[in-house]
Amino acid sequence: MSFKEIASKEKRIVSGHRLCPGCAAIPIVRIILAGTDKEVVAACATGCLEVATTIYPYSSWNIPFIHNAFENSAATISGIETAYNALKKKGKIKKAQENASHFLRAERQNLSREIKFIAFGGDGGSYDIGLQALSGAAERGHDFVYVCYDNEGYMNTGHQRSSATPYGAHTTTSPSGKFKKGKEAFRKDLTEIMAAHGIPYVAQASLSNPLDLYMKAKKAFEAKGPAFINVLSPCAQWGIKPEESVEISDKAVKSCFWPIYEVEKGEYKINFKPEEKLPVLEFIKSQLRFKHLLEDKEMLDEIQKHVDEKWRHLLKLEGEKEAD
Amino acid sequence: MNKNKIALTGAQAVAEAMRQINPDVVPAYPITPQTQIVETFAHFVADGKVETEMIRVESEHSAMSAAVGASAAGARVMTASSSQGVLLMLEILPIASGLRLPIVMNVVNRAISAPINIHCDHSDSMACRDLGWVQIYSEDNQEVYDNTILAMKLAEKIELPVMVMQDGFITSHCVEEVEILEDEKVKRFVGDYNPETSLLKNKVTYGALQLPDYYFETKMQEADAIAKAKIEFLKTAKELSKLTGREYNYFESYKLKDANYVIITMNSSAGTVKSVVDKLRKKGKKVGLLKPVLFRPFPYSEIKSVLKGKKIAVLDRSESFGANPPLFSEIKNSLFDINARVQSYVFGLGGREIFEKDIEKVFDNLMKNKFDETRKYIGLRE
Amino acid sequence: MSRLKNWKEIRKAGLVEPASSLAVKTGDWKVVKPVVDNKKCIKCYKCVVYCPDLCIEMKNEKITPNLDYCKGCSLCSKVCPVKCIAMEKAR
Repeated sequence: MSFKEIASKEKRIVSGHRLCPGCAAIPIVRIILAGTDKEVVAACATGCLEVATTIYPYSSWNIPFIHNAFENSAATISGIETAYNALKKKGKIKKAQENASHFLRAERQNLSREIKFIAFGGDGGSYDIGLQALSGAAERGHDFVYVCYDNEGYMNTGHQRSSATPYGAHTTTSPSGKFKKGKEAFRKDLTEIMAAHGIPYVAQASLSNPLDLYMKAKKAFEAKGPAFINVLSPCAQWGIKPEESVEISDKAVKSCFWPIYEVEKGEYKINFKPEEKLPVLEFIKSQLRFKHLLEDKEMLDEIQKHVDEKWRHLLKLEGEKEAD
Repeated sequence: MNKNKIALTGAQAVAEAMRQINPDVVPAYPITPQTQIVETFAHFVADGKVETEMIRVESEHSAMSAAVGASAAGARVMTASSSQGVLLMLEILPIASGLRLPIVMNVVNRAISAPINIHCDHSDSMACRDLGWVQIYSEDNQEVYDNTILAMKLAEKIELPVMVMQDGFITSHCVEEVEILEDEKVKRFVGDYNPETSLLKNKVTYGALQLPDYYFETKMQEADAIAKAKIEFLKTAKELSKLTGREYNYFESYKLKDANYVIITMNSSAGTVKSVVDKLRKKGKKVGLLKPVLFRPFPYSEIKSVLKGKKIAVLDRSESFGANPPLFSEIKNSLFDINARVQSYVFGLGGREIFEKDIEKVFDNLMKNKFDETRKYIGLRE
Repeated sequence: MSRLKNWKEIRKAGLVEPASSLAVKTGDWKVVKPVVDNKKCIKCYKCVVYCPDLCIEMKNEKITPNLDYCKGCSLCSKVCPVKCIAMEKAR
């Protein structure tokens, strides 16, 4: 597994899209789609990734792709995956060119093309409005990969808060002002929600650890049944410079604000444990969306405490005691 | 001609048609009074009587979303719903028609909330009349069986989704004699579904963002397609006629030709009107019924051609709050430039019964030339 | 400039060909452009994989940014472990 290996794969998403300079979502998608050599069909929820890659008459997708609506990429992929199973049974997913029209059923099955299914959603389309469809698809056990590119807000429409927006962050619908200091609730933990569904593979990943992300993509595609990957996707609207996407992701991982871990058949494995946890302030201070908090010791302490508690809990789930 | 007559409820008739069509994928969510369609069909799946893959989705919104996904992937897709379920699907219905996907949905007409009510009226299907779906209404179990089979072939010909209606509880739960075609005949009639483009065949992008420079043109294609569906409906209906021996048209004309007084209404209540028409005809009254079948695309000119000079009452089983009821509006649209007197009635909301004596009163008013600018109500306690 | 197609000419249902965005040269967005010192380059391929516009490639053993698409985000310069990519003014 190497960068060269990823770079050598056929581009399933191409240049000419209109995402912001420096957008983390694209390299995330590129790395993930390199995780299988089989054919892939993608469904994508309304959001940055979908809108900026499919402005008619141009599409940046080099694979079959469907955008249905905002909250239903998981339901859409359920339909596609089921159609594949139904048509495969009838011998309609044949490999290469077939001239003979009669095949024995067994032969037909052997000659079917293997296709992988992936659904993308932003945090909006996954944590909030898309949660029902995601949960339903996971419960039914369809064989697909769901990737949430989490940029912690409704970014395509100008940075409104979502349930993935961190506590205290300024967004246009949870602004910091005279009496309010940004978002008043802590983030939802979607990765844990998906782990609770008991699906074969769940992971949290980061662009700062790209080979780890690549490994997770491979496992997700290979898993028989639903697989879920949540990837932190830094956004210029957090108030960072475009070239800082990877650096910020790295700080998120090292401060344990965004731990990278896997849950494989219920077994937890944390992929990176910092020897010394970076204070969350280090992650927060370079983002303008947290500017108003930098003088607020109480809120900063609350945030640090919350990160610490979640990290301890995660360690417990893995079965280890926290190193002091 | 096949003489296989069996006793079926409306829901069972639909499930039977679905069994014979053997769709690839059925994503469905239960809701009264559609549930029996899904249950009956699920039994067929469990017993291996169909090859269909069912998706027991977690909501109607996901049912239609999965239907869009499956249809875009090249599968033949059918589903069913009612009332709140149809409303929940509403966001995705124009996506299905906008992406030109031939999905067939059975709508078992039920009133919409609030207040919550599980009985029959047409407010659910009327709420989606502008979304690019072909709409076909069915008076009884025979019709809903025939219409479902017709719809499948029509949808794939015109590349647009089709919804087939029947009255909730009144026909969906009532046992009637239905003449079923042989399985082979239905199979041959609907044929094999092999779309030119699909997600499992082509690297195509569905659902791109079309800005003001392109959206209008794509929508025009849709408008053109549904307008052409009018002709395709008759063509497909003619082919079905050859198998069933029954005639199909945009509307049924019951003793209409020489009638001076006409009631226009859809679905099961048309049956009640037919009884009254027969009764009054025996007394020498020139009364008749026009029962619309194809509601979208609406056959304006054909309706106009049969209603000249007649006195008309339109009975709507739904309201359009703040405006004229839907069927009445369309009839008025059909007749706007000819001399015709039309009275609007609203009846049956929330399953309120309509009786023969009510229909007789309507004809009586027509015969006495009693017309009112405002709409009248049948069966309402006023 | 070619005229836009009318409703009878466009493909039905708004379907779009794959990879058609290659016709959109986003390179005119940039204010700065990457300049690679291939002598220092260790061929780690990080810049290739990280580029948000997928427009850096290894061509004939040289790391080559495609300026037709490069938006000048400078991520390549940031992630290069040997700092062999400099960002210079684009115009």
